[in-house]
Parts: sequence; structure tokens; C-alpha cells
Amino acid sequence: MATLNILILVCLGYVVLLFGVAFAADRMAAAGRGRWLRSPVIYTLSLSIYCTAWTFYGAVGNAARSGLEFVTIYLGPTLVMVSWWWGLRKLVRVGRSQRVTSIADLLSSRYGKSNTLAVCVTILAVLGGTPYIALQLQSITLSFSIFAEADTSGLYREGSSVFWVAAGLAMFAILFGTRNLDANERHHGVVTAIALESVVKLFALLAVGIFVVWGVAGGMGPMMDRIDASEIGQWNVDAGRWTTFIFLSAAAFVCLPRMFQVMIVENDDEGHLRTAAWAFPLYLLLMSLFVVPIAVVGLDLLPEGSNPDLFVLTVPLSQGNDWLAMLSFIGGFSSATSMVIVTAMALSTMVSNHVVMPIWLSTQEGSGSISGDVRNIVLMARRVSIAVIMALGYFYYSLSGGGTALSSIGLIAFAGISQILPALVGGLFWRGATRTGALVGLSVGFVLWIYTLLLPGMGAAWMPASILESGPFGLGWLRPQALFGIEGIDPMVHTVMWSLSLNTVAFCVTSLLSFPSPLERLQGAQFVNVFDHSAAPRGWTGSVAQSEDLMIMTQRILGAGPAQEFFQAEAEQQGGRSRLPEPTPGFLNRLERELSGSVGAATAHAMIGQIVGGSSVSVEDLLAVADESAQLLEYSSQLEVKSAELSRTARKLREANTKLTQVSEQKDSFLSQVSHELRTPMTSIRAFSEIMRDTRGLSGTEQTRYAAIIHDEALRLTRLLDDLLDLSVLESGQVSLNVGDDSLRSVLDRAVSSALAGTDEKLAVRRSRASERIPLHTDLDRLGQVFINLISNARKYCESPEPVLTISAHDVGGRLVIDFTDNGSGIPPEAQSMVFEKFARVGGDKAGGAGLGLAICREIMQRLGGEISYLPGQGGAAFRVSLPLAYQQAAQ
Amino acid sequence: MTAEENSEAKPSGPRPSVFLERQSYRRRRLTDAARLLPFLGAALFALPLLWPGQSIEGQAVPLSSAMFYIFACWGGLILVGLIFGVAARRLRTREDPETDTDQWQR
Repeated sequence: MATLNILILVCLGYVVLLFGVAFAADRMAAAGRGRWLRSPVIYTLSLSIYCTAWTFYGAVGNAARSGLEFVTIYLGPTLVMVSWWWGLRKLVRVGRSQRVTSIADLLSSRYGKSNTLAVCVTILAVLGGTPYIALQLQSITLSFSIFAEADTSGLYREGSSVFWVAAGLAMFAILFGTRNLDANERHHGVVTAIALESVVKLFALLAVGIFVVWGVAGGMGPMMDRIDASEIGQWNVDAGRWTTFIFLSAAAFVCLPRMFQVMIVENDDEGHLRTAAWAFPLYLLLMSLFVVPIAVVGLDLLPEGSNPDLFVLTVPLSQGNDWLAMLSFIGGFSSATSMVIVTAMALSTMVSNHVVMPIWLSTQEGSGSISGDVRNIVLMARRVSIAVIMALGYFYYSLSGGGTALSSIGLIAFAGISQILPALVGGLFWRGATRTGALVGLSVGFVLWIYTLLLPGMGAAWMPASILESGPFGLGWLRPQALFGIEGIDPMVHTVMWSLSLNTVAFCVTSLLSFPSPLERLQGAQFVNVFDHSAAPRGWTGSVAQSEDLMIMTQRILGAGPAQEFFQAEAEQQGGRSRLPEPTPGFLNRLERELSGSVGAATAHAMIGQIVGGSSVSVEDLLAVADESAQLLEYSSQLEVKSAELSRTARKLREANTKLTQVSEQKDSFLSQVSHELRTPMTSIRAFSEIMRDTRGLSGTEQTRYAAIIHDEALRLTRLLDDLLDLSVLESGQVSLNVGDDSLRSVLDRAVSSALAGTDEKLAVRRSRASERIPLHTDLDRLGQVFINLISNARKYCESPEPVLTISAHDVGGRLVIDFTDNGSGIPPEAQSMVFEKFARVGGDKAGGAGLGLAICREIMQRLGGEISYLPGQGGAAFRVSLPLAYQQAAQ
Repeated sequence: MTAEENSEAKPSGPRPSVFLERQSYRRRRLTDAARLLPFLGAALFALPLLWPGQSIEGQAVPLSSAMFYIFACWGGLILVGLIFGVAARRLRTREDPETDTDQWQR
């Protein structure tokens, strides 16, 4: 009979063997040897941590209680593996491309690197993992107790043994699981040890099965008869439980932290899935092949009331096959240890990355450089969390009394962890899934799970019987096991149905109603369309000065060697001669991914954010960018306005310049004309005065004639100078107007009489005096001057034998218009545009004028606010003088 | 069907076809089958729910038959999965790399 001491020695020996294997595998992987470590076979075998002590022992117990129902726990994962093309392939790709470290990290990463979500998932995973760990404790303790019964030494005490088992497993997990920091790095040692353990447990169970079928029952035929004859010999499965458990185990298979660890995080090659797709279901089939025979034989052979959960041990023992029992014990022990190691690894990664590190980071606020050794902090956090998780498992076991059947504890854990499923599936396939939706859905499912399953399962201390019977506060429809008054459903089915359906509904509705952040939307696109683009379009922006800070931080997380290697490689890739790479967005993204392999996506994001100063993709940044571009737009429009103004000014300047040039030319020609005009009279004055000076004996009449010529020319000069002076005064605008009131008739009267006075030329002036009764308010003398000039022009230049000047006045559109029309030949068209220019004379020097009259008239009329123009086509020369009536009215 | 007939009609003609090569066509249908497999599996595993339970006297299905059915279906699924895996790998190695990535990485 195997004594407890031998058992403990065997256990310790087995643990040492596992250590040896793990150590050797790590050494081989580090040395680059052992390609088989990355083979699909190892991957498939590592997946078998799905089969824990629960399945090793509990499946037989379950079969003994309810027949084939146990098989649902294996059928779910089988379906998931078979449908790897739909889901797992994508999950593995996402996990690899985002360097995901745990399921909490995956969800956090998907939903905009939200640490809140990661914390929620972590809590859920810890709470869901606690019963599961309690289950392993229970199974090991139970198996110990079987051997203890036979042991006569009486050293065994259940309470203390549970404690020591828990402590031992914690120790084991700490030594195994926290040997290196990078959770994303492949743990070749652990994975190989797990693969070995899965071979051991399969071998153990098959050995017991073969012993039972061929050793006890006597072959396949008799075994089948025995099965049909047993108390579970008929197909009797509750349809609700059957479907629910298949679904539940499928969901848990994907969501369980330890499954996620081996399936996604430790995955080396997507192609391994193709092998695992059939090989892992095969493993499960082999694991469950002999479950029913063992259960049936156990029910037959063992006395009433013996625990069916331990048939795997007790059947060989009862047959006196101690070594087989020992092998079976090792199988169960393997199942428990591998499960605990991987679960502890996965959970501690989650706790340290999503709970401890963010808290630690927030205490290190502000400074860009990270002080202290982050590696040690992370490792310590992981070790402590492993211890805490094991302690929680221990307490759960003590509180629940350890009496519950193994399989029901396992199912409680399954139902808890499955609450992640809606957020996970939604995040992978639906871009509209939001962080808020995931949080709300998770919370709803989580609360329902605690309320309807976890608390009622923990006994009366946690959930009083009164609440179970009549609901909280007497609200019958809130009874934990009959929500909404629907009774008679199996509690597990009840919980799974309500929690998952309400979880999904809450997740979808909240996702539809909420709006994701930009980072969330980017991550969502990357997750959902992971096969289209695995590269990250996220952008970091940094300056060269930060590279050193990044280097310091990275060294503290990855270790000096790997960090320097990474930076060196990046610098070389960038082609720079410096040892530090430029912090380009691409480099920062790769660095973040590298770091997230150690500390999780959210923490890595936050750490880089602390140094670089925030991701470039935040609403604020987008807004700032929008603001900036708006400012730029405004600025450019301002520039446009200014340039338009400038071009207008330039045009004006050009015009002014042209005008100035013209004026200067005019001035030049004016000067030459003036000198010419002055020279003519001066020449004759000089000539005649020389004649009078030099010629002796001039007659009196000659002298008088010459003197008269000189006098005339002098007068002409004076007139010319007067005109010039007048014109210059008018043009310079320095003339002062002497405004008075009179009627047009009297002004015309005076003008006609003064223009015709003292001449013998006959000019008939026709006027309609009636129409001339228009009051004027203007400079009357100046206006009269214009009239005189026009009338005398008509007198001088009208070539008609009977010259007639018609003066008519009328009101045209608010302006007073006075036309002076004679019956002469008029002004030839080519000269019409010239008549108002200075020194412009039509038809020779006949009248002896200087040609300034009309120019003066034009200037005067401009000063008076009116104008003078030539009217062509009136039969003779016609000038029109117009004055504003409004002007005079306004003046009155 | 049309594609299949088409590819059969011209076994090794140099003229490029608008339809896929027989090889690629087979591979795609294989992929389709692999995708459909879980649905078949779910249907097979749901079938026992229609069996008469213990409530109907004398009609209940013996556990050995139930076991045989379940494990036969299970084994069948594994076998088909294995065949798919092997066939896919063989077809993959025969294909040229570009179309290969197109098919299997997408």
C-alpha cells in the first residue's frame, strides 16, 4: 500500500522532473536549438491545460451522476477548434499583431486601450478563476485523502493539507511563471512542461480506462452490456443543460485566461492552428473515451455513497493495483499543477499590467524619466498577485466547505468568464462595438452571474435562504434562481441564459447609443479588418530629445541588453549614424508594441505617452489640428484680402504715375507753347522798337503806326499773361468763388451786351427769355465770363454771312442746360476733341486769340460743379453748358 | 458547376480561363467545406436531443448506443478535420506562393 510519504516523495520528484524539463527547454530555445519546441504537436498538447483536475476526476463523477452530460464540456471546445477558420484564426492574428499579453489586454487594446475595461476584465477573471483554483485544491486534497485513509500513520489532516497544497502550488507558479518578464515572449519551458503534463494525464487516464475495460470488465462487449445495465444505462439528458453546457464550454474555451495564454499569447505560428484543429479534439476524445466505463465500473464495484469524483483513483485501489492508482494520482496532480501554473501566470500578468502598473505609474506622475527598476516592480507585482490569487482560491474552498461536486464549481467559473464573450466577439467582428458598450455589457453579465450563481453557491452566509426563496425585499421576481418569476429552470441554465443574453443586449444597445473615441475607432478597424492591414496607422509624434528618455525607460522594462539591441536596430534601420533612433511615429509604435509585450497595451501606451506627451490621436489633438487649420485658412484669407488691396493700390499708383507722366508732358508742351506764344508778340515789339531807335528821320505817322503796333502787341501779351494767370489759378484750385444769387436771364443779358459791345460785327442773338427765368446760386461773374467767351467765340468764328447765335436754356434731368448754337460751319470732327485744350485754335490765327478761352471755360465750369461740352451735329458750332440745379437748390 | 465543367473541358490548354484552375477551385471548395464543418458538428451533437428520454417506457436509447453515436460523430469530425488539414497543406505546397498567400492568409 502506497503511503502518504511515498506519495509526497513522488509528487516532489515529479515537480523536480517538470522543472528539469522546463529548464532544459528554455536552455534549448535560448541556444536556438530544438525546433520541435515550436512544433504544432507541442502547441496542441499545451492546449490541453483545458483538461484540469476537474475534467480528470470530475468527468467521471459527472458521468456517474448524469450519464453522458459530461461530454458537453468537451464538445464545446471541439466545435470551437473545428471552426477555427471563423474565429480562432482571427483571434490569433490579432493577438500576434497587437502583441497582446492577456485577454484583458486584448479587450483593452480593442476598445481604445482603456484601462478601465482591462481592470473590469481582470476582476472578472480573478473572481472567475478563484472557484477554479479552489477546485484544483479540492481535487488534490481529495486525492490525498484517499491515500490517507489507507495510511495508518494518521499524520494527515485535511485543513492543513489544503493550505500546504495551496502554498506549494503558489510557490510552484511563482518559480515557473515569473521567471521572465515579457509575458508575450514564448515561455518555451513552461509550455514544454505543460505538454509533458498533458501526455502524463492522458496516459494515466487511458491506462485506468484500459485497465477497467479489459482488466475488470473483460473486454469491449461485456463492458457495453455492463454500461447498459447500470443505473445510468439510458440516454437521459436534459436538453437545456446539454445545449447550454456545449455553448458554455465553447465560450469558456476562448475566454478563459489560461486558454488565452496558451492559445493566443504562446502561439508561435498561425499554421499550428490547422493541426490543432483536429489534433486537440482528438485529445479531448481520448480523454473522455473511458470516462463512462470507469464511472460504470466504479458504481458497480464500490460501496454506496463513495465519492464518484474519485473513481479514477478508487477503482484501481479497490482492485489492489497501487501503481496504477499512483499513476492516476500523478495524472490528476499534473492536471491541477499545469492549470494552476498557467492560470496564475495569466492572471498575475493581468493584475500587474492593468492594476499595479497603472497605480504605480500614477504615483510617478509628471516626470518623463521613469525612476526605479520597473522590471523588479513588475515581477514583484506578479509574484504577489499569484500569492493573492492562490489565497483567494484557498478561502473560496474553505468558505464553500469543499462539499460541492467538482463539476459544478467548474461550471460556475465557466459561466463567470464567459461574460467576456459578447465584448470579445463584438470587438472582433463589429466595428460599431464601443468601450462603453463593452463595459456596460460586462457589468450587467458580471452582476447577474454573482447574484444568481456565485453567491447562492457560496452558502447561506453570503446569500440568506430568505432571499433565495422570496427575493430581496420580498420582490419575488428578483429571486436569484427564478428571475422575472420564471421558475423551474436548472440554476446553471438560468444563469447562463439570463446573464449572457442581458449582457449581449446591454452591450449592443449601449454600443449603438454611444460614440467611440478616435483611438477606439482606429483600433476597432485594425481588429475587425486585421487580415487587410496588420500594420498600425496610429501616430506618435516625438522630438529627438525624448529618445534618451525612451531609452532609459525601455532599459528598465526590457533590460539593458534587449533595449540597446532594439534601439540600435531601429537606428540602423533609420540609417542615422547616431546610436539613438529618431522618435519617428513608426519607431514609437514598434516600441510601444515591444513594451506592451511586457506590461500590456494600456500601460505601454501610458508610459510612452508620459514621455512623448500624448498620442497624436486624441479628440483634443484633432480639435487643435482643426483649430490650426481654421486659423491658417483665416490667415490665408486675410493675406488674400491684403494682396488684393495691394494690387489695387499698385493699380492706382500705376494710374497716378501715368497721369503724372501725362501732366509732365502737358506741362512741357504747355511751356513750349507759352514761350512760343510769348515770342511772337515779343519779336514784333523788339523789331518795331529797334526800327524806331535805329532809323533816323521817321515820319510822324510812321512813328505813330509803329508805336501802335508795339502797343497792340504789348496789350496782346498782357491779355495772354492775364489768361495764363487766370488758368493757373483755376487749375491749381486756389480760386475763391464769389457766390451770389441772380436769374439766368440777367446774367445772359450782361454777357451778351458786354460781348457785343464795341464791335461792329453784326451777330444776331436769339433767346427765349421766358425760359431763362431760372434762379442761380453760383459765382455769377465767372459764369458770365464763360458766357462772354462763348458768345464772342461765335462772333469771331461764325463764318455765316448773317451770323445768328441761338441761346436756349432748359432743365434736363435735374440739371440746368444752356446751349449756344450758331449757324456757322461748326468745328471739324478731328478738332472737336481738342477745342478745350490749351492753345488749341481752330482755323488759324485769324482772331489773334491765344487759344486759352475754352480751356479757361472748362476749368471754370468744373469749379462751379458743372461742365461744358461740344455738341456735334447741330448745324453749326454748338456748346452746351450744364450746371447742377440740385446744387443750387441744396445751397438754398 | 459551370466552372468545374469548364475546367474539365480544357484540361491543359494554354489559353487562360476566366474561371479558376481546377486546383484553385477545388481548394476554395475545400475551404468552404472546412468553414461549414462546425455547423455540421453542431447539428450532429444537437440530434440526440430528439431521442426519446427515460420518460417513455421501453423506448429509451441505451447509453452504449448513445456513446457510440456521440463518439462516432466526434471521430468523424476529427477525421474530416484531419483530411482538410492535410489536403489544405498539400494543395498549398503545390500552389505558387502568391495565390497561396491570397488564399490562406485572407
